[in-house]
Amino acid sequence: MRPHADVVLRLHVRNHPGVMSHVCGLFARRAFNVEGILCLPIEDATRSAILLLVHDDDRLDQMILQLRKLEDVLDVGRAHAARDAFAAVRPYL
Amino acid sequence: MKRMTGAELMLRLLERQGVGTIAGIPGGCNLPLYDALRASRIRHVLARHEQGAGFIAQGMARVTGRPAVCFATSGPGATNLLTAIADAKLDSIPLVAVTGQVPRAMIGTDAFQEIDTYGLTVPITKHNFLVRSAAELLDVVPAAFRIAASGRPGPIVIDVPKDVQNEAVDIDVLPAPGRPDPPPPPRAEDVARAAAMIDAAERPVLLIGAGVVAADAAQTLRRLVDKAALPTATTLLGLGALPHDHPRCLGMVGMHAARSTNMVLEECDLLVGLGIRFDDRATGKAAEFCPGARIVHVDIDASELGKIKTPTLGIRADVGATLRALAAAVAPASRPAWTRRIARLRAEHPLVMRAPDDPLDPYGIIRHTAAVLPPDAIVTTDVGQHQMWAAQAFPCSRPRQWLTSGGLGTMGFGLPAAIGAALAAPGRPVVCFSGDGSLLMNVQELATAAEENVDVKVVLLNNAHLGLVRQHQELFFGGRYHASRFHAEPDFPAIARGFGVRAWDLGAVVDPRATLAEALAAPGPGLVNVPIDAAENVYPMVPPGGANRDMIGGELHATAC
Repeated sequence: MRPHADVVLRLHVRNHPGVMSHVCGLFARRAFNVEGILCLPIEDATRSAILLLVHDDDRLDQMILQLRKLEDVLDVGRAHAARDAFAAVRPYL
Repeated sequence: MKRMTGAELMLRLLERQGVGTIAGIPGGCNLPLYDALRASRIRHVLARHEQGAGFIAQGMARVTGRPAVCFATSGPGATNLLTAIADAKLDSIPLVAVTGQVPRAMIGTDAFQEIDTYGLTVPITKHNFLVRSAAELLDVVPAAFRIAASGRPGPIVIDVPKDVQNEAVDIDVLPAPGRPDPPPPPRAEDVARAAAMIDAAERPVLLIGAGVVAADAAQTLRRLVDKAALPTATTLLGLGALPHDHPRCLGMVGMHAARSTNMVLEECDLLVGLGIRFDDRATGKAAEFCPGARIVHVDIDASELGKIKTPTLGIRADVGATLRALAAAVAPASRPAWTRRIARLRAEHPLVMRAPDDPLDPYGIIRHTAAVLPPDAIVTTDVGQHQMWAAQAFPCSRPRQWLTSGGLGTMGFGLPAAIGAALAAPGRPVVCFSGDGSLLMNVQELATAAEENVDVKVVLLNNAHLGLVRQHQELFFGGRYHASRFHAEPDFPAIARGFGVRAWDLGAVVDPRATLAEALAAPGPGLVNVPIDAAENVYPMVPPGGANRDMIGGELHATAC
């Protein structure tokens, strides 16, 4: 398998305890590795933004379509610039 | 302002959704719901296993097209529901499962009958809820019904802790019932392009699936088929969307299709997939499915477009609206050359039924049953050889007539789904074709059938085997049979009678046809035991992973000599 570039997905989701298991479950049950996760509440904390650092492999488009089907996922997009966010938290790990 | 408990509020909201019947089983953590249900106008059907309750609800949903409801308690009640929920997910059936949960303060303590129902049902639901207050039900219940029935339908779980069921809440106004979102229409340019591709094709084929049934689009489909002379194959779940005797109907495609059906798809130059998901049992080896065809794929679920086969044109839209637009846009056509070619393939490579006149032959019992049933009868199946024989030989003529577990392939589906169908369509007879392996997986629901006195007849194709497993071992494991034969053979008529269900045994009577007719005409539930030769296989058969052109068996000449 050829090495894959990493890509960052940005999700806007409804902020409640179950949403992370919905998102992560989609990846886990397809054995699609998530390299990094950042999640913070936004707006009035009724919503959260999730950044997912994932491999850009052939299945990614299908993953995005599956994410968009989740009721609590309001928006999904690619966010190249957000790669820096993962580098920024590294000193704290 | 009215004060009520969460449980009472739940029942009020379910009533407002138009729910008439709920199947379920009470237990410790959903007793407040049952106390409220007792006072409700909603009828309750007491199943004998929560999986039975789930499939009874599925039977109601599959017949009506509207979300149906089942109740279960926490812990084992919820885990017993999982198979029926997963089955609804894979076949896109609108189902609302309401489960009891331990009180909020005990969640996470490994309390008695506590299980993480929310976590367990994440991958098998369209959406799920853990309700945290009685007031939340005002949003959750309408949302559950809206989501279950919108777009591609699917199952919803609402997990309600017991103290939320008991919590008092003041209600000013009840919310409007949840209704399906309007389905997305196709874009005009996509319709125009699809119509042009159909007009330009020399050898087009339609492949229709559950989405056509879900969209209530059978009549519209027929307009398109007739106007443009389009040969039409169906998936397992699309059976009945075009009547079996329509001249353009090719029947089921795939692993156990008639040879001619797979051959027509092999030769087509345009495949128009409508409400299908290119399941591997339908396509065989996907890369070699319809090898010479351009593909138009219409589905309401965007993630299906390109998931298995990359379409030339993918249309994410309501299949009903798309069919209406296509029926108007295509040019009238008669396609004489393609029609002749298909007629020749069908004449030379038909589905071969060995002994359709013998009531103890697998095809014979299905044909005889069909001949006796009135046209409004509903048919359910379990899963296995009998299911494929029925899919091949039962003359389906209407959508929602044929209820079968396609995606999950759940043995044990047939009997409870038949009970649900009978509850949802009183006055219409329901036949469940089953096998001796499948029936035992939810045989306890015979008690429910007896209690409700539903008009459900189980026609049991009994070969004392897990027949499709035996067939796979014969064909693909060198005849090394293991664990596919039942050495203890239950006396099924005696079992049925023990549950209070009438029974007939076609192997023990002089005139099986007359006995079958008598059984099917009798009111209430019944079981007809039909001894079947264990060596009978379902043919033709595409080996798992093989291309649909590589079929084993079922040649016309093989039975002619």
